[in-house]
Amino acid sequence: MREVAVVGVGMNRWGELWEQSHRRIWTEAALEALSDAGVDRVEAMYVGCMSGGLFTGQEHLGALLADELAMGPIPGTRVESACASGGLAFRQAYLAVASGAHDVVLATGVEKMTDVDGAAATYALSTAADQEYECYHGLTFPGLYALMARAHMHRYGTTERQLAAVAVKNHRNGHRNPLAQYRDEVTLDQVMGATMVADPLTVLHCSPITDGAAAAVLVPLDMAKRLSPRPPVRVVASAHATDTIALHDRADLARLASTEKAAEIAYRQAGIGPSDLSFAEVHDCFTIAEVMVVEALGIADRGKGGALAESGYTALDGRLPVNPSGGLKSKGHPVGATGVAQVREAVMQLRGECGDRQVKDAKWGLTQNMGGTGASSVVHIFRRA
Amino acid sequence: MNGSARYWREIPQRYRLEAAKCDGCGRIAFPPRVLCPGCRGRKFSKHVLAPEGRLESFTVIRVAPSGFSDLAPYAVGIVTLDDGVKLTAQVADCDPATLAVGRRMRIEFRRLRQEGESGILCYGYKVVPVDRGIGVPAAT
Ligand SMILES: [Zn+2]
Repeated sequence: MREVAVVGVGMNRWGELWEQSHRRIWTEAALEALSDAGVDRVEAMYVGCMSGGLFTGQEHLGALLADELAMGPIPGTRVESACASGGLAFRQAYLAVASGAHDVVLATGVEKMTDVDGAAATYALSTAADQEYECYHGLTFPGLYALMARAHMHRYGTTERQLAAVAVKNHRNGHRNPLAQYRDEVTLDQVMGATMVADPLTVLHCSPITDGAAAAVLVPLDMAKRLSPRPPVRVVASAHATDTIALHDRADLARLASTEKAAEIAYRQAGIGPSDLSFAEVHDCFTIAEVMVVEALGIADRGKGGALAESGYTALDGRLPVNPSGGLKSKGHPVGATGVAQVREAVMQLRGECGDRQVKDAKWGLTQNMGGTGASSVVHIFRRA
Repeated sequence: MNGSARYWREIPQRYRLEAAKCDGCGRIAFPPRVLCPGCRGRKFSKHVLAPEGRLESFTVIRVAPSGFSDLAPYAVGIVTLDDGVKLTAQVADCDPATLAVGRRMRIEFRRLRQEGESGILCYGYKVVPVDRGIGVPAAT
């Protein structure tokens, strides 16, 4: 396997982009990554997208977006792993370069979610759960994460205030991210007092519905200087693990076994542990998700993820900042794009280009992207070259 | 999603609560599977789920998916049955404010929802508190 570097990243302003089509959103982000990398051709392209079909009626995105890219008949591959589609598309691009199959590869993610109404979006997202044995009974994604939250609260004494602290922190970070969808800061009382969606989660515990795309250019590390004028960021670990699709089939509702497994593999590949990280971009689709993810990554002891958020340890100026970009919560969550946008944040943090949300002296960054209730987890670790 | 074949296929699980018990390691798969998740064995015996269990976690769905809007708010929980099988089900016949982890639940059959404007009526299992005298009964 060859060592791999990221030499360019791109992302557009996320939000309700009613004036822009699915393909336009994607193409703008892809062009920005190519321009950032100083590269005008790629040999292959991967796109993470959860449900072009249910959100826009369009499938076959590998071919459609390769066509938009106007680089001739390059292979275009669409990758689907629910909300982890973007992270997994990046991993496929990584494997393509690491294996020697291709030298210059574009990894992208996109989702256009606001062309359908709320009920249709809720349905499309619910297809990531077990349709026959979870959704059949009226469960939604906020409902599933609420079940995880209740189990965590019962087992460890985690409080609604601790969960809300995650939202407050991430909105504070997103306030400093010019591309974030919801840049307003929120208070603990606002989060806890907002409209209830699925007890104990209010709407401000949930990530939003978003249109957006993100992209990255990957090359072999030893060719990075020749292929691109940009400082390369090394991909030092890439790992992927799965778990039961149905939450009720898990031995422990308050643990994310797939993230634990992917992290274990990733730390081994990188030769580091959680205490070496400078920051982490994690999948906070709901506040409880970040709490459980930081435990699965070993950043917090088991059961202490809520207390850790409340303590300020994971704040931008804390010991180990988590979600300096604002996370899914503030930045937005166009599901297929999220995993690639996490990579963009990691690369920019390691290059020192994040302005007033810059993590000081960032050397090692981790990204964790998750599908469903954690049935899929993808973890990458990056290092300043 | 339409298609009556899909509902017909699920009848043994939804109406008769049939699971499959692995002849090799004794693990119960609900719904039945081709391979035992415990030992990868392929020989099973029919097992009817235990009728009662304990509530592991619960929530109240206030923003419902299509097909469930007229039911909202409604409670959904994960129950560990006395034979160790865990399943997801709506919690009926109770005031959600009285729910607590560990509360005893019993399986009952109910109408779950109607699919589409003139669509199929979907039936299946719900759970109700064993001591349902406590709390205010709500419509199902
Ligand atoms: Zn077995």
